[in-house]
Amino acid sequence: MSVSAVNENRKSAATMMGYLIVFAGAVLMLMPFWFMFVFATHTSSDILSVPPPVWFGSALEQNLQVLFERLPFFWNNFAMSLYVAGLTTVLNLLFCAMAGYAFAMYEFKGKGLAFAIVMGTLLLPQFLGLIPSVLVMSWLGWLNEPRALYVPAACTAIGVFMMRQYIASAIPKELLDAARIDGCGEFGIFFRIVVPLLGPAFGTLGLITFIGSWNNFMGPLVIMRDMERFTVPLALRALNGMGDVPWGAISVGSALATLPMIVMFVFASKRFIQGMTAGAIKG
Amino acid sequence: MSVVDSRAEEAPAMVAPTVKRLRKKYRRQDWAPYVFISPFFILFGCFGLFPLIFSIYLAFQYWDPASGLNAMEYVGWENFYYVLTDEWFLDSLYNTVWITVVSSVPMQLVALPLAFFLHTAYRRWRNVFSGIYFLPFITSTVAITLVFNSMFSKDFGVFNSMLTWLGSFPLLEYVFPSDNIDWFDQEHLRWTIAFIVWWRFTGWITVLYLAALQTIPNDLYEASSIDGASTWQQFWHIAVPMVKPMLYFTISMNIIFGLQIFEEPFIMVGVTGGVGQMGKTAAMHMYSTAFVDSDFGTASAIAWLLFLFIAVIALINNRIFAKSGMEK
Repeated sequence: MSVSAVNENRKSAATMMGYLIVFAGAVLMLMPFWFMFVFATHTSSDILSVPPPVWFGSALEQNLQVLFERLPFFWNNFAMSLYVAGLTTVLNLLFCAMAGYAFAMYEFKGKGLAFAIVMGTLLLPQFLGLIPSVLVMSWLGWLNEPRALYVPAACTAIGVFMMRQYIASAIPKELLDAARIDGCGEFGIFFRIVVPLLGPAFGTLGLITFIGSWNNFMGPLVIMRDMERFTVPLALRALNGMGDVPWGAISVGSALATLPMIVMFVFASKRFIQGMTAGAIKG
Repeated sequence: MSVVDSRAEEAPAMVAPTVKRLRKKYRRQDWAPYVFISPFFILFGCFGLFPLIFSIYLAFQYWDPASGLNAMEYVGWENFYYVLTDEWFLDSLYNTVWITVVSSVPMQLVALPLAFFLHTAYRRWRNVFSGIYFLPFITSTVAITLVFNSMFSKDFGVFNSMLTWLGSFPLLEYVFPSDNIDWFDQEHLRWTIAFIVWWRFTGWITVLYLAALQTIPNDLYEASSIDGASTWQQFWHIAVPMVKPMLYFTISMNIIFGLQIFEEPFIMVGVTGGVGQMGKTAAMHMYSTAFVDSDFGTASAIAWLLFLFIAVIALINNRIFAKSGMEK
């Protein structure tokens, strides 16, 4: 009796310790976000003081002013990020659903090989084709054009894989056969019957595509030349390189760049996590 | 034989008009899947495969893109030879490996125990905490690295202020340094970068482990606790062996993504790699060779050597796991 009580006590002490460590870790994870929002409301001289501010100040408007002074095209950059991420997402959903549907529902010659190629491309790192891709873009006359960002990303292998898994598990083949007997064509079946059933998969893949494009840095870095056409991450980096570093403006700019993602994450964290772990669990 | 058979079967169709026969032979159902998968293959061909093949070709040329396509000059293996004997490349590769190891090992040490604890000790708050740990993974690297830049600043940074504050307590003054640490100097820069990488990816790996742990049937835990197993024993003898495939996956990710690291150091110290080039990674070296020095041939050779290096390490990892008897 007493032994088990001691054990219980020791166990709960260890558990309490665990809670404490997990909590401290969570604080560490959130700390940069906290200081990003706090610094966004302080002037640079406040931020430079020792110790630095830990609670919100009143210089938000001033920082925004500095931000727009140094980056006169900030809203263009924001719109560019939205435009590229939005188009990438729409195209990726459409093309991945098409390919995933073919792999899930049809038997055709060369299917195994085609699918192996799709999965094989996942092993190719982005940097490998980076240099010649820039050349391809310059030959096409696409340098400095947003289409150089959304066209190559319009059908990703991971998206095809996710769509195939979802369609194979969620849509019965009998449904398609029934539609065929009723005289519906192959493309009609896809657009009128399959696509409306893909809501959850579209949500998951859409989120991870949008966020990947929104945060993309390497692509815009080698493609976009005019500051007017920069995406938000590029614009923020440009802010960093200018003489005295405007910390307040950098913080408010970073906050504007991350806030949409944080809000989306808070409302759809489950779907996010599902999407970003899907490849690992099933693969 | 079979030819004859099929002809015999098709015989009635011979009577029907040719158009109808052709239509039957090439039914929509047969060619539709090719239409459906064509966008992927067209896009991959143009923007994936072609650049890849072209970069093999480029790796054997000496070429400054500013002087036009005709200025290309075949140099054989010279680019590879040059890169492999180039101290800057070897240093950048060393930095890359260093940062990968120093960020990945703590990542693995934290992630699985953390996932196990979240799995066993939390119910209602599990999703909240895993969400918090996951948050760094979905935020813009550029934005967050800029914020870290200010937090790591020598004279006014949050981290140095915290150390000073902790050092102001009696006894603790012997533990914490009295002078501000320069987090961007030769000694600390790689640690700083590794910390940011650790911060960004630990949550993702934790969530992966959490998902793997949730697939373990509860009976195993129940049976073992009836046999008197402690939580510690359950961790080592049930959780760890059961998540081994995920362990393989996350270590592969550590290798593949770690060795490609580019954005964090690039934003933090710029393309030069900071003091003593301590923050210059192999991918950054490739970038600067191509877009600063305008030497596309050498840069392509760097890209392929880095790819081979990653592939070899990943294969070694695969062998180690295969040997230790991982079965899926």
